[in-house]
Order: sequence, then structure tokens, then C-alpha cells
Amino acid sequence: MSIAQDSGPPKVSLLYDPKVRSIAYQVILCAIIVFLAYSAVRNAAENLARAKIASGFGFWNQTAGFDISQTLIAYSAQAGTYGRAFWVGLLNTLLVAAIGIVLATIVGFLVGIARLSKNFLLAKLSAGYVEIIRNVPLLLQLLFWYNAVLKALPDLRDSWTLPGSIFLNNRGFFAPYPIFSSGAEFVAGAFVAGVIGAIAYARWAKKKQDATGEQSPVGLVALGLIIGLPLIAFFAAGMPATLEFPEKGRFNIRGGLEILPEFVALLIGLVFYTGAFIAEVVRAGIMAVSRGQTEAAGAVGLRTGPTLKLVVIPQAMRVIIPPLTNQYLNLTKNSSLAVFVGYPDLVQIFTGTVLNQTGQAVEVVMITMAVYLSISLITSMAMNWYNARIALVER
Amino acid sequence: MAVTTQDSVNHGFVRGAPVDAMPAPAATTGAIGWIRANLLSSPANIALTIFSALLIYWIVPPIIEFMFVHAVWSGNDREACLPTAERPEVGACWAFARDRFAYFIYGSYPIPERWRVDVFFVMLAVGIVWLLWLEAPRRDLGALYFFVVVPIVSYILLTGWEAIGLRAVDTSLWGGVLVTIVVSWVGIVFSLPIGILLALGRRSHMPVVKLFSVIFIEFVRGVPLITVLFMASVMLPLFVPDAYSPDKLLRALIGIAMFASAYMAEVVRAGLQAIPKGQYEGAMAVGLGYWQMMYLIILPQALKITIPNIVNTYIGLFKDTTLVTIVGIFDFLKTVEVSRIDPKWAAPTTSATGYVFAAIFYFIFCYGMSRYAKSVEARLAKGDRR
Repeated sequence: MSIAQDSGPPKVSLLYDPKVRSIAYQVILCAIIVFLAYSAVRNAAENLARAKIASGFGFWNQTAGFDISQTLIAYSAQAGTYGRAFWVGLLNTLLVAAIGIVLATIVGFLVGIARLSKNFLLAKLSAGYVEIIRNVPLLLQLLFWYNAVLKALPDLRDSWTLPGSIFLNNRGFFAPYPIFSSGAEFVAGAFVAGVIGAIAYARWAKKKQDATGEQSPVGLVALGLIIGLPLIAFFAAGMPATLEFPEKGRFNIRGGLEILPEFVALLIGLVFYTGAFIAEVVRAGIMAVSRGQTEAAGAVGLRTGPTLKLVVIPQAMRVIIPPLTNQYLNLTKNSSLAVFVGYPDLVQIFTGTVLNQTGQAVEVVMITMAVYLSISLITSMAMNWYNARIALVER
Repeated sequence: MAVTTQDSVNHGFVRGAPVDAMPAPAATTGAIGWIRANLLSSPANIALTIFSALLIYWIVPPIIEFMFVHAVWSGNDREACLPTAERPEVGACWAFARDRFAYFIYGSYPIPERWRVDVFFVMLAVGIVWLLWLEAPRRDLGALYFFVVVPIVSYILLTGWEAIGLRAVDTSLWGGVLVTIVVSWVGIVFSLPIGILLALGRRSHMPVVKLFSVIFIEFVRGVPLITVLFMASVMLPLFVPDAYSPDKLLRALIGIAMFASAYMAEVVRAGLQAIPKGQYEGAMAVGLGYWQMMYLIILPQALKITIPNIVNTYIGLFKDTTLVTIVGIFDFLKTVEVSRIDPKWAAPTTSATGYVFAAIFYFIFCYGMSRYAKSVEARLAKGDRR
């Protein structure tokens, strides 16, 4: 039997042609989405017109008329606009997220390493911390810190007083605050110079090590440059800073640095919660480094310290970085829970107060989402760049 | 070399027979040895032990004192939990939790109708046990029961249906554990199928399908749940004709389902990526179409290896249900919040008691789920052991 030579592809009904099918599916999907979007916009326009709610971003420059308890930039209830309030909220969100990320990383690395410790008590203690914190909702923890711990602190008259004029009461945390006079710019300049010098030295040391194999004391030199240089400048410029101490009056505390209990509660909650997750990330990362690596390091005569620093941690970081990025993003997104303890973050100010006052739900919610989306995208881009730099290069 | 037997030279001071092995020194075995090895092996280790012991000493006894020793177990109002002269130290006010227990479970659900909630809990529990207990008979029927029968029956049961004599109960009366369970369960039931579709969409060769899936997943994952809830709560009613404006609970449920689906999509995608290419090729070689290939070959394997991650997503979802408070829904945590500021029970330790009670509740559920995920992982790992 001879096999007939095919001339071109087999003739099939158009209905069964995968190409035609796929195009048809996509056209149908587009049609559905366009229809949904169209009817949503039409309904929204109708509903808004009926409720007499303006649309557009005209509200941005209107006077807000509400006060905000913590502002990093100048803002007042009389002169502040909704747009200004937005920036205040955004900066507050970024502040708590930035401090939270640094502290949570420290907590997470310490606990994660402690969980792998050979010390039985320490390992069990950290395991208990991780299990309890991870299995209780963050909101519950925030409310606990705020309502059951910070609000239960003594009131102003019976403030806890720590040495150095530090007061702790249910209105917040009060500490001395430095006030800079002329000459302080030298200190700031010395600090910047120290940082630049440290980076330059680290690069030079790495180049030298790549070329000759000689190691240099990068950590010590960097520490000296970053802390020592500004210190020298500080004394050379004649100590251009004085501490302003908070003074306790009968009804309030004046001067100094005041940290709101809302901020403290949010920060403690976020740090402990995210710290527990980071601890697990770190533990998984260290355990992912095969035992053979440690043994090989031992075989070539490295002691425990250098083994960790030169062999285990660099390899563990490759496993740690991607999930660590996720935790940073989670912390930033979770800072939106500020609204439950009354810390004036972006969501509390903008999606809460501004939305209520203007009624412009679509614009306000969209702006808020756009902000968080941008933060997420920028963070993951930066971390992806870092991740690509340290990724394993295989031949 | 001359061969000498042992007996040939008989020194008086050499033993003829081997001695029995001595027991190991006491310092390296038993409790003492364990302590030396695990707690006191080096100066640094001793320091860590002292540090940990101090930490435990600061944390644990106060907690035990608060929860048990100084706790108040019975009473009818705040008087019972106020510190008095003969009892200056008052711990947890469990009388408060007991008094408010029914409210914590049912919220404001009408008292004569609460049996319906109980039936719902029982139905759900049966479904969960059926699905999770691996030796249970007919688990395929179990899935049908859990994903089809229970939703329909419980919807009728909880909202009411006048025609069969069940009084309608408005969702604004629902509250407490009931709402927490309903919200997380709806999230669980909807997020898996939608998540699978989104994950398949993201890996599809059709550019439009892929684009929409990617946009949805990245958009929802990039924003906090609170803003998704706000969107569902304040924007959804704008987008539909006034007559169909969804009720408050339904809006929150839509928000939660969207949010959970996006996360589930990424979990499923990871599972799909882990399936070797040969499986797809094999399926195609025997002439299966796309859906047959997915349903019969790829998804069962992908879901199997992602079960621990799916459970972890559910744990996150269960904890996140607490945020529905923001759009005015009385979940379990909200009922605790409302009760703790009730003047009837206002005492110094009421707030802490409420939070500890809620923490225990959430911990039991979440820890239970994570243990289950661990056991599944261990069981699946057995198959891969060589």
C-alpha cells in the first residue's frame, strides 16, 4: 500500500482549527471585558450624577479642614489641601515602612539563626515565638499592642521616667531631641564623605582581593569612616548641637521628640509579625546550603566564623533574597492596617478621611491603589536587580 | 618472624580474657550529658542559655499568672473583675469571655434561629473531615458535597427561605465566628477554581488571555487587602445599576474572593511550572485535548505538590478575614472589640482577656492547618524518597 503524499495541511473544519479557535476565544474575551467596562463606566456616571458627586481631580486643591496628628512636612488644618494631606499620609506610610523593614530584618535574622542554634533553650524559644506570631492575625496583634499594652501604660502624671529625660506614658514616648546650630553642616558633610569613602574602600579592597587574594579589614575601616569621621568633625566644629530635653508639666510634656503611641503600636506589631516570617525565610535559606559546603570549608581549615561569612551566608542569601523581597512588600502593604489604630498613614488619611469628606470614591481608591502598586513595582525591581547581581553564575 | 601463641609467654600481669565494656561516663549520657551537650558546651553556649532562661523567666510566669493563677472565672458583670483590697492582682477576666461567648459565635443572629448556624457548622465540619481524612470512603463524593451541596444548602439555611418556613435573616445581623467562617470559606471555595483558571491563563499562548491574567494577578497582589475591600465596598455599588446594588457582606466576599484568587493563581502557577515537560508531551502524544490534558494529567500532579502552599494561602486568608471589619462587617475580632469596650464589662484586664481569647481561637485554627500542611508534605515526600 502506498502512502498518499499530503499536499499542504489536512483540510479540517474551521471549527476545529486551533488558530481560528484561539483567535475566536480572544475576541470573545475582549468583547466581554469591553462590555463589562463600558457598562461599569455608564452605571458609575449615572449613579454619581444621581448622588450629585463631582468626578475628576478638582478636589486635590481644595482645603482639607481636618487636622493630622503626625506630619513630616508642614501642614495645617486651615491651609492644608487634600493634595497636601495625601503627601503627609504617603510620607507617614513610607516612614513606618522604612523603619519597620530595617528592624524586622534585624529581628528576623537574629531569630532565624537562633532557631538553628545548638542551644536547646534558645532554639525552642525562637521556635515558640515564630509559631505563635505567625498563627495569630496581624490586626489582632496591633490591637493588642495598642489597646492592651500602650493604652494601659500609666497616664501623664505617673509617667515612667527613664534616665536621660525619657518619659513613657499612654500619650506616647518622649525623648531628648538634638537641635543643630551653625556648623552642623560640617558634620553632615563628614558623614556623607565617610559613606562615600567606605564604598570606595570596599571596591578597592574587592579589586585587590580579586587580583592578589589579600583581604582587607573592610568592616572596621567602613565603621571608622562612617562613625569616626562625623565624630571628629563634630568636635572640631565645636559641638554644634544641643539636646532639647522634654519637660514634664502638670498637663503635658513640652519639647523634645514625641513619638505617638499609634506609631509605636504599628511599628511593634509590624516588626514582630514580619520578623517571624523573615526568620523562617532565613532558616530555610541557611538550611538550603548543603552540609557538604560546611564540611568542605572545615576541610580546608576555615574556622566557624569565616565559614559562615565566606561560605554559608553568601550562598544562603541567594535563596533568601526573593522571599525576603516578598516580606518587605508585605510589611509595606500591611502598614495600611494603621487605619485600625489611628496612625495617620496614606489609607487612614486618604481612603478614610478624604474619601468620606469628598465622596469621590473612584478617584481616591484608584490613587491609593496606584501608590501601593508603584511601591510594589519599584521594590521588586530594585530587589530583582540585586538578586540578578548575586545570582549563581553557572557555566 | 617467629610465631608465638598467646600462651607461650605467660606473663602474670597480662589479662587472659577481655574486660567487659564500661558504661560511658555519666557526664556524657542521660540527663546530665544532654544538658552538657545542649546547654553548656561552650562559654558562648552558657551565655545563651542564661539569656534564654532569663527571657523565659520574664515571659512565661507572668502569662501563667495572668491566664490562670489570678484569673476570674465567674461573675455577672465588671464588679467581678475589678481589683479589690484583698485581691489587688486581677488576671484574665474569663467571666467576661463566658458571658459574651454566644455573641462571639453568632453575633446578633436571632436567638431562636441559631440552630441553623449550628447545622451549618456541623455540615462544614463533616465536609472538612471527609476531604482531609485520607482513608475516608468516596472522597470524590466528598468534594462534590463540599463544593456544591454545602454552599447551596447553607446559603438557603443561613439567609432563610420563607417558602419552606425558614425566616429570612438579614446579613447585617450575622456576626462573630459565623462571619469569620463564612468569609474564609467563600474565599477558599472560590479562590481555588478562579486561581486555577488565572494560572492557566497566565501560562496560555493566547496573548490577550495572558495579558488580562497577568494584569489581574499583579494588580491585586500589588495592593493591600484593605484597599481591595474599600474598592469592593465603595466602588462596586457604583458600577452596577442601582437596583442590583450588592449587600455589604456580599461586597466584602467579592473583595476577599478576588484577593485570594490572585494569590492562589501564583501558588498554582508554581505547581504547574514544576511539572516536567514530558508530562505535557506525553498527554499530547496520546491525543488529549487541552482541557483533557489539564484535567487528567497536569492539574492532579500540580495540585498534589502544591497542597502545602495552598494550605498556607488559606492560613493567610483566614487571618486576613479580620480586615473585613473596615467595611463594617462584624467578624469574630470585631465582636471582641465591641464587647471589650462595653461598659458592663469595663475592667482593667477586659481588653487583654478579649485579645487573648481571640488569639487562642485563631492560633488553634491556623496552627491546626499548618500541622496538616506539614503532614501532607511529609507524606508526599515519602513517595520521592529513594
